Amino acid sequence: MAYKITRKNMKNDITEKVEEISGQNVFDCYQCGNCSSGCPVVDYMDIAPHQVIRLAQLGATEEILNCETIWICSACLQCSTRCPKGIDVAKVMEAFRAINLRKRIAPLNPDEIDEKDLKELPPIALVGAFRKLTG
Amino acid sequence: MNLPYYPGCTLKSNAKNFEESALKIMETLGYPLQEMKNWVCCGTVFSMTSDDLMLQLGAVRNLLRAEEQNLNELIILCSMCYNTLKRAKQFITEDEENLNKVNDLMYKENIRYKGTVDIHHLLSILRDRVTFDAIKEKVKKPLASLKIGGYYGCFLVRPKKFAIDDFEDPSIIEDLLTSLGADSIEFPYRLECCGAYQTVTKKDVTAKRTYEIINSARRAGCEAIVTSCPLCAFNLDQGQKETAKEFVEFEQMPVYYFTELMSIALGCGWDKNWTKLHYVNPEPLLKEKSLI
Repeated sequence: MAYKITRKNMKNDITEKVEEISGQNVFDCYQCGNCSSGCPVVDYMDIAPHQVIRLAQLGATEEILNCETIWICSACLQCSTRCPKGIDVAKVMEAFRAINLRKRIAPLNPDEIDEKDLKELPPIALVGAFRKLTG
Repeated sequence: MNLPYYPGCTLKSNAKNFEESALKIMETLGYPLQEMKNWVCCGTVFSMTSDDLMLQLGAVRNLLRAEEQNLNELIILCSMCYNTLKRAKQFITEDEENLNKVNDLMYKENIRYKGTVDIHHLLSILRDRVTFDAIKEKVKKPLASLKIGGYYGCFLVRPKKFAIDDFEDPSIIEDLLTSLGADSIEFPYRLECCGAYQTVTKKDVTAKRTYEIINSARRAGCEAIVTSCPLCAFNLDQGQKETAKEFVEFEQMPVYYFTELMSIALGCGWDKNWTKLHYVNPEPLLKEKSLI
């Protein structure tokens, strides 16, 4: 998708909200890629974690809000503990999830979980998924 | 004196074997656990949003209940409960404004939450209070020749601040297994996420995580792995069913809670009912080593 970088869209409402929710400054990132190389689920992501941070720096927030990555991230904190600049990358992911969830944009509809799964899955899995993937 | 403990939801259902074995071993070691009263779900996953304090209430209410019951510490068995309670406590108490807001949200409670309850994982209690040397002396049936890998997953070691050991190179589980007489093996994927709650929506993700973690353990020479998290246990044990469907050459490996193996080593035995809570039959390996 073509994207025009301007001063205005580099710092938009969403980037400010992400900063507020996460308490992180994405401009600290110098793109070393440590977060993406350590991420255990990166091969299921459409945008790698360091690319999410880069897009956030450029204000391309719509791309991030609509990507798979933010929902695949399970907040294991591997990236956050390894970032040499001290950015809590998992918090940035959580902020993008939260912005979607607060608008009721959610990847999981509890009604669609099938009967068999409901019986088999432990409470720890269901509650975790509801808290992270439903609005 | 009894140690107050918080079980969490899954220890009362899918992970009864974890709770029962923990109660047995702590009794045997002379540090009996006593369940706190009126606990609720901790929320499972810590909310990392700084502006929504409602999401911390599950965890905070448990800590408030503990304060009401005049407990000054809580022992946690489940890694995720440990992590959520610990992080919620820090997030709320490090900022006076947050503390006040949370208390205002819980205005119907009889007391105000202060943050006086210390939170410990059972593994740290075993290392620091019971000590591994004392455990070693009480071993009746050494887990000799059992090649076991300790799987930490995420929440015993991350975030760094709440790691129960070194966050990149921990040894607490290995040291415990060694004191039980087992041949403990460090395997490369022991700190890697199992996919956690993705097991609800994206089974392919957790199936691959299980494939990679179990194979990593096998390549390092493990015959089984131990964990302290019921979600890791679910993904790595029950998850092997899905993994076997996706990867035809996949070979099963039993997954135990560390307390189950402690129960055998300390002479409290193996409860037949625990077997039903496992997917991969946990008994053949134990029988092969003459442990049960």
